[in-house]
Amino acid sequence: MLRDVTFGQYYPTNSPIHRLDSRAKLIFAVLYITVLFMTYSFAGYAACALFVVMLAVISKIPIKTLLKSVKTVMFLVIFVSVINILFYNGNNLLWGWWKIQIYADGLIFASKMALRLILLVLGPAILTFTTTPMELTDGIESLMSPLKVLKFPVHDVAIIMSIALRMIPALMEETDKIVMAQKARGADFDSGNVFRRAKALIPVLIPLFVGAFRRADELALALDARCYNATPNRTRYKILRFKWADFIATLVFLAFATVLLLDKYLIGMDNLIWGLFQ
Amino acid sequence: MPIVVKNLSFTYMEKSPYEKKALDDVSIQIDEGEFLAVIGHTGSGKSTFIQHLNGLIKLKNGNIKVFDIDLNAKKPDLRRLRCEVGMVFQYPEYQLFDETVAKDVGFGPRNMKLSTEEVDRRVRKAIELVGLDYDEVAERSPFELSGGQKRRVAIAGVIAMEPKVLVLDEPIAGLDPRGKNEIMKLIIRLKNTISPTIIMVSHDMDNVARYATRVAVFENAKLLYSLPPDELFANSGELSRIGLDVPVAVKLANALRAKGVDIKSAITPESLVEEILRVKGGNNA
Amino acid sequence: MQSVGNNIAVCYNKKMQIIELRNVSYEYPIDSENGIMALDNVSLSIEEGQFVVLCGANGSGKSTLAKLLNGLILPTKGSVFVYGANTVTQDDSDIYKIRSKVGMVFQNPDNQMIASIIEDDIAFGPENLGVPREEIIKRVEWALSVVGMSAMRKHTPFKLSGGQKQRIAIAAVLAMRPSVLVFDESTAMLDPKGRAEVMQVIHSLNKEQNITVIHITHHMEECIGADRVIVMKEGRLVFDDKPEVLFRQYDFAKDCKLELPVIAYITHLLGQRGIVMPEVQTEEEFAEALCRLL
Repeated sequence: MLRDVTFGQYYPTNSPIHRLDSRAKLIFAVLYITVLFMTYSFAGYAACALFVVMLAVISKIPIKTLLKSVKTVMFLVIFVSVINILFYNGNNLLWGWWKIQIYADGLIFASKMALRLILLVLGPAILTFTTTPMELTDGIESLMSPLKVLKFPVHDVAIIMSIALRMIPALMEETDKIVMAQKARGADFDSGNVFRRAKALIPVLIPLFVGAFRRADELALALDARCYNATPNRTRYKILRFKWADFIATLVFLAFATVLLLDKYLIGMDNLIWGLFQ
Repeated sequence: MPIVVKNLSFTYMEKSPYEKKALDDVSIQIDEGEFLAVIGHTGSGKSTFIQHLNGLIKLKNGNIKVFDIDLNAKKPDLRRLRCEVGMVFQYPEYQLFDETVAKDVGFGPRNMKLSTEEVDRRVRKAIELVGLDYDEVAERSPFELSGGQKRRVAIAGVIAMEPKVLVLDEPIAGLDPRGKNEIMKLIIRLKNTISPTIIMVSHDMDNVARYATRVAVFENAKLLYSLPPDELFANSGELSRIGLDVPVAVKLANALRAKGVDIKSAITPESLVEEILRVKGGNNA
Repeated sequence: MQSVGNNIAVCYNKKMQIIELRNVSYEYPIDSENGIMALDNVSLSIEEGQFVVLCGANGSGKSTLAKLLNGLILPTKGSVFVYGANTVTQDDSDIYKIRSKVGMVFQNPDNQMIASIIEDDIAFGPENLGVPREEIIKRVEWALSVVGMSAMRKHTPFKLSGGQKQRIAIAAVLAMRPSVLVFDESTAMLDPKGRAEVMQVIHSLNKEQNITVIHITHHMEECIGADRVIVMKEGRLVFDDKPEVLFRQYDFAKDCKLELPVIAYITHLLGQRGIVMPEVQTEEEFAEALCRLL
């Protein structure tokens, strides 16, 4: 059932990670992704995984819950891996049959790709588990504020994001209701080929769109009634403050990034470990 | 043939932190020709109960038999079940989707794989039954109509499947007084023509007192009572205890009795007035 | 006295008129030439501290009237004054002063909330008005305590009941410190329990916070306890008096497509049978008055 899907997966435990400034966490997320893309070694990925697990432990998020966020990309991971295993051309042929040749290099490359994809999801998942959607939009607004100079409507964008996030659960619930109502009228969503099924969705999608527009109308009135855009000097209830904890977290994070880059450019742990085995 | 529900239980999101028991050992038999009102607080289990009746929720614990369709069977005939039990959800007008009123009303019959002629016949009949002029509205977009008209079209969409049992979830919610009266009259008309059995979820106790032949009271996932309205409302203290309203006539009768006036049970305005006149006649005699 | 912005003239009558409509008409445009007359030459004034119920069938012009009261729409003819200031303003900042004075709560609580966390949603209005942060903190606390929702401040509104959501929507408007609150069918989508909760809050706002209330509703039971009932029909005001006076006019109410409270219907039935009841509002009053007649 649709309502089982968790959206806006905030996991409230009030850990030190939860209390960090959302801007710091956003910057970390971006840095983490950058570092991840620069890393090509198993040792690097192991370090990333260790780091993520450490963060999960500190923020008291059960590892099981964390791993659930990978489920959504599992299909992609498997798809990419299979493609790479089957079609990678390199050295060390392991097995071949007709046009399919599996190389050891291909296996290594595929597993690296898979690890990277999984880690790519896990890192930012920590961010969304420990930061409320509102803090996220506030953080994004604050980080984008230099763009105000260019007349970019930073605040409006932040409000749009905030409203969109708020509306997701309501729309999910509405979808659930409409699906039930059309099922009661004999609609069949579960059989037939792809095209038939897509067509069967029309009686759900149209009421959903009509409903979204109706909501938008009312919301626009409510925004006006609450004096949206009354003054350019809007004040803030929640102030983002860079605290000591944020500073320390930044140092830890930079240390982590440095280790990974050192590994890439100087040490090459993978080769060292490889060497031990040979 | 009746609807028989035995020991029905249901839990949402079982074995998760959000686990919620929605139905707990509910048993009831609903006979043909009844007007069953289902009352209870939001979240008391009444919606989950009615959604079981046409297989929208998969039966997990207990037995349900709708006429000769056994929902405990390995593959119950859901298609036939949904033709027999029509379901009008809350704010049904929010489900309209097709280009024209006629096409939208025909959605159910088309899903039943009826012939084109039969679909057309049923669509015309359903639109006329809900009190709309077929020639005037059939080719119009349902989104152009007024709120009350939209709701009628939505109900017509269920009626066109010609169900023997009509289940309605708060059919008068959000309407103005005139709209409410019209929809209540429509439900009575449908009971007398197409669907002899009516099951209606409602918060409006005055309507319940006026129309229902029996009232099922849900509280905390349990079926607390299933009694004719006069017997149920005679025990108004018990209803107040669980925070449910009683009809205004019952409240007035209680207030008068507290002042020593010898009023017997009265659940509608008309019966209360008769009682008052009887007492007055007695006093004057 | 309420303090308002510098450029808004304040009238210092004994009974202050907060809102005044002078010969107001409003036409919804259909195309460049035609329109639908939603309001037809309405004049009306509302005094400080009143509890006014506004009713009428769908399409009678109630919601249009509500939206005129704080400049969400502007009259096509005539003028609307809030604290003596015309809602047709030269300066944009004046309309926001009016909107912060005349708060508005709508029908569907789900479509009024902007933020995912309750306290952030309450703060949204004052933030827009540029209220200093220390003051916003106080207001958020105060507004939540007035509607009895302080315990939920850090929660998301999604899991709340309809009545609770609507109380949050009231708090969100309250945080702008309005003098008038307009409820545009704010109880229509609620179950009886939620409706009772919200009505209790509305009455306490009127009595304890001295907020002028304009409550639009189809539920005539909600007139009970109001100072004044205004009935609209086809864009005109057709009744303006105390609720118990309306409750006696059964045929008139029916003509306006109103459904009077069941007590009024019973009074009407008794009248037909020769028992003429005095004007009553509550069940208690009814029982007492009838006892005297028997």
